Amino acid sequence: MTDSDTSHSAAANSAAEKHATDKRMTEAEVVAELRSGMTIGIGGWGSRRKPMSLVRAILRSDLEDLTVVSYGGPDIGLLCATGKVRKAIYGFVSLDSIPLEPHFRKARQSGAIKVMELDEGAFYLGLLAAAHRMPFYPTRAGLGSDMLAMNPEIKTIQSPYPTPPYETGETLVAMPALELDVALIHMNRADLSGNGQFLGPDLYFDDLFAMAASKTYLSAEKIIPTEAFRDEGSFHTLRISRIYVDGVVEAPRGAHFTECPPDYQRDEAFQRQYAATAKDPQAWQTFKQKFLDAPSHEAYLEAVESSP
Amino acid sequence: MTGLPMTDATRAEICVVACAEAFRGDRNLLCNPIGNVPIIGGRLARATFAPEMVYTDTVSSLVAGNYPVGAADSEKVEKAVETYAPYRTIFDIVWSGRRHVLMGASQIDMWGNQNIAAIGGWDKPKAQLLGLRGAPGNLINHTTSYWVPQHSIRSFVPEVDVVSGPGYDRMRELGAPGNRFHEVRRVVSNLGVFDFDTPDRRMRIRSLHLGVTLDEVKDNTGFELAMDATQDEVAVTRLPTGEELQLIREVLDPNNLRDRELPA
Repeated sequence: MTDSDTSHSAAANSAAEKHATDKRMTEAEVVAELRSGMTIGIGGWGSRRKPMSLVRAILRSDLEDLTVVSYGGPDIGLLCATGKVRKAIYGFVSLDSIPLEPHFRKARQSGAIKVMELDEGAFYLGLLAAAHRMPFYPTRAGLGSDMLAMNPEIKTIQSPYPTPPYETGETLVAMPALELDVALIHMNRADLSGNGQFLGPDLYFDDLFAMAASKTYLSAEKIIPTEAFRDEGSFHTLRISRIYVDGVVEAPRGAHFTECPPDYQRDEAFQRQYAATAKDPQAWQTFKQKFLDAPSHEAYLEAVESSP
Repeated sequence: MTGLPMTDATRAEICVVACAEAFRGDRNLLCNPIGNVPIIGGRLARATFAPEMVYTDTVSSLVAGNYPVGAADSEKVEKAVETYAPYRTIFDIVWSGRRHVLMGASQIDMWGNQNIAAIGGWDKPKAQLLGLRGAPGNLINHTTSYWVPQHSIRSFVPEVDVVSGPGYDRMRELGAPGNRFHEVRRVVSNLGVFDFDTPDRRMRIRSLHLGVTLDEVKDNTGFELAMDATQDEVAVTRLPTGEELQLIREVLDPNNLRDRELPA
């Protein structure tokens, strides 16, 4: 190998590297990777830091029969209201400032969707098991409650270790892995290659959603150079590694109307408007046409801006 | 006046003190009340007779200090953060057992089974509520108390539609050692205070709030409540002291959120 070969191949490698690590995509390109019938995990918590621009892109697609796994908020509500959901897996579904999610309630009360309702800690362990490629993790959560009767597919297991002073081991719930085809999460900041930074009070379980999924797509308020992360927050805020991330979407106000502090708080007035549409089919149609049918995230933001 | 019972206390303030009393004796654990009256009660307990409890700001921190209930207020107040405690850490605390939660119940029965999930069963509920949330894990791991601001035959029912948080009959069925961390300590309603200190662990009247009659409680309860046979009459819930009223009114709830949860 000559010197010139070496330098040529180094340059080629460097170019390939640059190409391989730029994972930028649009919402439409992410949705093009999804298929009907998939199990999709959505990060955030209630009405907090939800990847709403990606959720709305799903609403506009012809995807259907989805299984949605989420610490549920308006993501589940909107997907139910537009008939995208075959099954919802959740510990709760809430809009936080509005405790009960009206669109989700409507879907439940009409029997439109199947559900796997879990203790929210058991839900965490299901994600953790999937992240660690374990079939289940044991927990006491669910023993004695109706969680097991509601979900006959969840089994118990006897500990092989005795529980002193007893001679036998205790019976525990074997919380099955919540394996995801795809995870969608929203971060405050990301770089081109998919490292994600949260700047708010809680990461929630977004790292586990990413790890539990075959493919993860991350939207972020802003894409910044990797070197700039530390100007935004301490290294404790760098909790999503690009090794788990397949695509990055820059989506300013991408979590609207859920909160995304410190970038913005929840748009409570908009959330109230959204919630009220569950009672009124005409209002729902107007809301859908005005906001959800907007062909892009930019068009959606314009519609939000121009609405009184 | 400090230390003497006051008679101008509202029902909501009596309930705050009843919630605080649920935490008496708790030491190094997370005091985790949910709802305004329970939160004021928890903070009152820590500010007075249970100083060793730690307290969550309900966002992501365990915080010191006495400050007003309500997110908007607490954001304005400089809080001394003792520990960073995002949701993941809260689950760790739940599983460690170092927690006493005081939460709501849409329905509760004589064994202390709680429902916050759905009315009319779970297959196709008449009314979908919050979901199981953390109730199953809470009950099997640490002490729990309940706050029911509207005591009626719709909330105190013979049988709950869904068991979110299991009560004593379910724990008897489960048996030892699985049930060893379960304790439903107290139920506080707008009418009285209830516990399970009975031989078969069925719900017992512990005290009635000032001005509440036994008939009123019986008429509004969908099952038979146990009563202490050794007493001629049912005890009256302890009234707030002057110091407690001052803390409630001036420090912990100056905007009177307690009355919004429990109209006088």
